[in-house]
Amino acid sequence: MDKLPRWADVVLVPLICLIIAFVFCGILIAAIGQSPLHAIWIMIDGAFGSTNGLGYTLYYATNFIFTGLAVSIAFQASLFNIGGEGQATLGGLGVALSCLLIPWPHWSLALIGSLAAGAAFGAAWGFLPAWLQAKRGSHIVITTMMFNFIAYALMNYVLVNLLRPMGSMDPASARFDKAYNLPKLGDILGLVGIPFSSKNPANITFLIAIALAIGVWALLWHTRLGYALRAFGKQEKAALYAGIDPVKITIYALLLSGGISGLMAVNAVQGAAHRLVLNSVEGAGFIGIAVALMGRNHPFGIVVASVLFGFLYEGGSQLAMGTTIPREVITVLQALVILFTGALPYMVQKPLEHLFAKFGGAK
Amino acid sequence: MDLASFLQILDSTIRLATPLLFACLAGLFSERAGVFDIGLEGKMLVAAFAAAAASYATGSVWMGVLAGIGAALMFAAIHGLASITFRGNQLISGVAVNFLASGLTVVLGTSWFKLGGQTPALVDGMRFSDITLPFAAPSGQGDLGLLGGIYSHVLSGHSILVYVALACVPLTWWVLYRTRFGLRLRAVGENPAAVDTAGVSVTGLRYAAVGITGVLCGLAGAYMSMGLSAGFLREMTAGRGYIALAALIFAKWRPWYALMACLLFGLLDAVAIRFQNIDIGVFVIPVQFTQALPYILTVIILAGFVGKAIPPRAGGEAYVKER
Repeated sequence: MDKLPRWADVVLVPLICLIIAFVFCGILIAAIGQSPLHAIWIMIDGAFGSTNGLGYTLYYATNFIFTGLAVSIAFQASLFNIGGEGQATLGGLGVALSCLLIPWPHWSLALIGSLAAGAAFGAAWGFLPAWLQAKRGSHIVITTMMFNFIAYALMNYVLVNLLRPMGSMDPASARFDKAYNLPKLGDILGLVGIPFSSKNPANITFLIAIALAIGVWALLWHTRLGYALRAFGKQEKAALYAGIDPVKITIYALLLSGGISGLMAVNAVQGAAHRLVLNSVEGAGFIGIAVALMGRNHPFGIVVASVLFGFLYEGGSQLAMGTTIPREVITVLQALVILFTGALPYMVQKPLEHLFAKFGGAK
Repeated sequence: MDLASFLQILDSTIRLATPLLFACLAGLFSERAGVFDIGLEGKMLVAAFAAAAASYATGSVWMGVLAGIGAALMFAAIHGLASITFRGNQLISGVAVNFLASGLTVVLGTSWFKLGGQTPALVDGMRFSDITLPFAAPSGQGDLGLLGGIYSHVLSGHSILVYVALACVPLTWWVLYRTRFGLRLRAVGENPAAVDTAGVSVTGLRYAAVGITGVLCGLAGAYMSMGLSAGFLREMTAGRGYIALAALIFAKWRPWYALMACLLFGLLDAVAIRFQNIDIGVFVIPVQFTQALPYILTVIILAGFVGKAIPPRAGGEAYVKER
């Protein structure tokens, strides 16, 4: 029996968790002698006050939609993939190789190439942990975590020894051909007459991310594979009895998850940086965990949560510029969101259930 | 490579292995009691910060140690609350603890010391001084032979916490395998229902284990900021909590093997710092490979190709008394 009405479970619980996290952060900001209200105003104004700020918010949100969907699709199969960071790093390598080695005639073809390469590299990095989990029982959380570090070392090696242009000290690849730059969101919106700044890195990948969210929704709830994934996640033994192969499902889940993580690089590497740098993912893989938890593991929720985290990220940068509050306040907020939505769900849920049982008897 | 540089590498191996050893034993207590802890990194980081800040404020290294342990205990309490009392997901709680530490240390550090997240450099009384063991030759005195050199230049001349860490290994072994508390602790990680049936509190035991984890992580952090370096730097633990976790798996959750694993990973770290790329004639081993080796070795161990690492059976699951 569901003790909470669906709307309360989907909207109220995450909202209360978010409010608690905000209150804690407000106390923290007050404790370091700053005004929490002023801080939140600067964040809102910076992230939504201009189309340029909004562009940055959407750019970050794009990254988080990819990594959030990636975490969530593995969650559906009861697999906790915390290797999004490493898979997106490898995705970046795929995107960079595609842009550097293949002479694409047009940006659109380069985009398709990057999407394929990013997904393939990310999925490949997710394959081994999945195989080890399915065949050898190695705990996937630990192996994906180890693969994050291995990815970082590998990227360091590749950038310093192989991709770094002659004479450059930076551990970064050469710049991609300007012709491969993706159309900015501002330019696309300009076509339909909506004025939107083009000085920010938001680009066409945002639309791809939205399309992907719809695709993931359709996959999970309207295909056999999606059904198998969810059945496996809910009740492994029953799924086994129904003839679902656990090895295959584990591997498919991580291939999908890793591939989607890898797609993030199309936005960050081809869309924004136009070259491969050492830390191209910038923690987005981990924010995916918060986004997936906050979005209640549903693609629509993930899009909303991603925009929220995009706002927090851009707002955090504005804070660091406009006040003496460091942007790491956002890391604290992110930690609290993960804590309350992911690790302490009963703390919010149980009292709510009592409240609903007492006053909401109309069910 | 001459003897002097060989001894130097062993010396820094011990230094670098110490925080790993503390954190690894910390994880051992928690995971043996059935509470997975991927938040070792966060607890070390917050302890390193609290230790350096308190030591700078009071001028006493011991106040620093106390503050470090206190901070790590607070974070351990959060993890305990989430994973024992509220029966939440222990892995997610660990991730949250790591982020909390990473954000909080920078926010508080920046606003307290105005140095962009680091503490001011700690001077004499605020950090650990090195102890010279009896009969150890002063540094610079050459030709002691291999054994004399190891005694004087490798074993001697570390801060007190290094010896505490080494002493913790037999102590942990004794507590786990020779005391009633240890037996119950191991039982609660394998079969909590049996412990409960015997009339022993599962919750109490797990909180005790998580508390010990906090103390040991506190010591690890205190050594990071007051022994290994002189002050706190942002993100100074730099993944050591994860390496300690790797060492724990490598050691298959056993104390003496934990010492070996931590020394091995410390050695890899020391070699990577000293040599960068190693030319072994046929090909060059890049420094990045040496850095990634602990993780690669752990994956191989986890895969069960070389022995099999089996975690405590009840690890990661909250205990529900009645269904």
